[in-house]
Amino acid sequence: MKLSPDQTVFWEYGFISLNLTIVTTWAIMLLLVISAILITRGLKTDMRISRWQCFLEMLVTGINQQIKEVGLKQPEKYIGFIGTLFLFIAIANLLIIFPWYEPPTGSLSTTAALAISVLFAVPFFGIEQSGFIGYLKSYIRPTVIMLPFNIIGEISRTLALTIRLFGNIMSGGLVVAVLLSIAPFIFPVIMTALGLLTGMVQAYIFSILATVYIAAAIQECKTKTTKEQITIKLKEVKNG
Amino acid sequence: MDNTTLIAIVSIITAGFTTGIGCMFPALSEGKAVASALQSVAQQPDAAPTITRTLFVGLAMIESTAIYCFVVSMILIFANPFWNHFIAQ
Repeated sequence: MKLSPDQTVFWEYGFISLNLTIVTTWAIMLLLVISAILITRGLKTDMRISRWQCFLEMLVTGINQQIKEVGLKQPEKYIGFIGTLFLFIAIANLLIIFPWYEPPTGSLSTTAALAISVLFAVPFFGIEQSGFIGYLKSYIRPTVIMLPFNIIGEISRTLALTIRLFGNIMSGGLVVAVLLSIAPFIFPVIMTALGLLTGMVQAYIFSILATVYIAAAIQECKTKTTKEQITIKLKEVKNG
Repeated sequence: MDNTTLIAIVSIITAGFTTGIGCMFPALSEGKAVASALQSVAQQPDAAPTITRTLFVGLAMIESTAIYCFVVSMILIFANPFWNHFIAQ
């Protein structure tokens, strides 16, 4: 039994191999880019806008709203990263309605790549917000003793993101495959429908967790230590 | 009994126990989480969107422990490294 679409290899030369995961990923990327270009080609500000523009506006506004609710004040800065994550995972998971399609998110390499991009995006946005030293200081909050735990936490949550997405999508596919061999009439359809729901929820979870991590990195940089806070309070009291 | 048979027996039994126990406790805790979230939604319907979002994130976190167990049992059955090692010999 095949566990991941990595095992379907079309072409191999040395250590470079072209497998089903890469092909599907590029197909989804092409689909997203081409449809985005087609939709945004004729943007209008009239009362009557095209259906697709309406859909896209709803999507962008919704993602912005969600990012803002998590605690990032300027969602426009982050939607490029978080929105892309959400759209890619959601489309990759939703396309399972097509027969013979294997979601690239059911492969450990794709999910690891997505999680590693989150791992690098968090310090990127943190440094952008408060400078290199300011970001590094967030690792020794509240005390220096927490430094190894902060680093371990950073790595383990990347691992958790990877395994969560992979496990959910792979298990969905596997359950359908097992059901096909024992009750091939109606139950696989129900499980595929459940897989659609799981896929959407996982896309949401992945992007919201990335948002939460970025928000945590930025707010940790912003909050001052207790001592500084007390001095500020004292100054305010003195000044009246 | 040779090595491969032994590994097969141990792997299959362990895989069953891993998924069994690993689904039991996350199921209990997810039930608790959903129950208290529903209670809070019933008490404060205005806060429903916030509660739902937090609930979903929390549920995914809890569920991921079950998923880890599932992945481990899948590795034990379909991609067992010890089994592959002895088969290759």
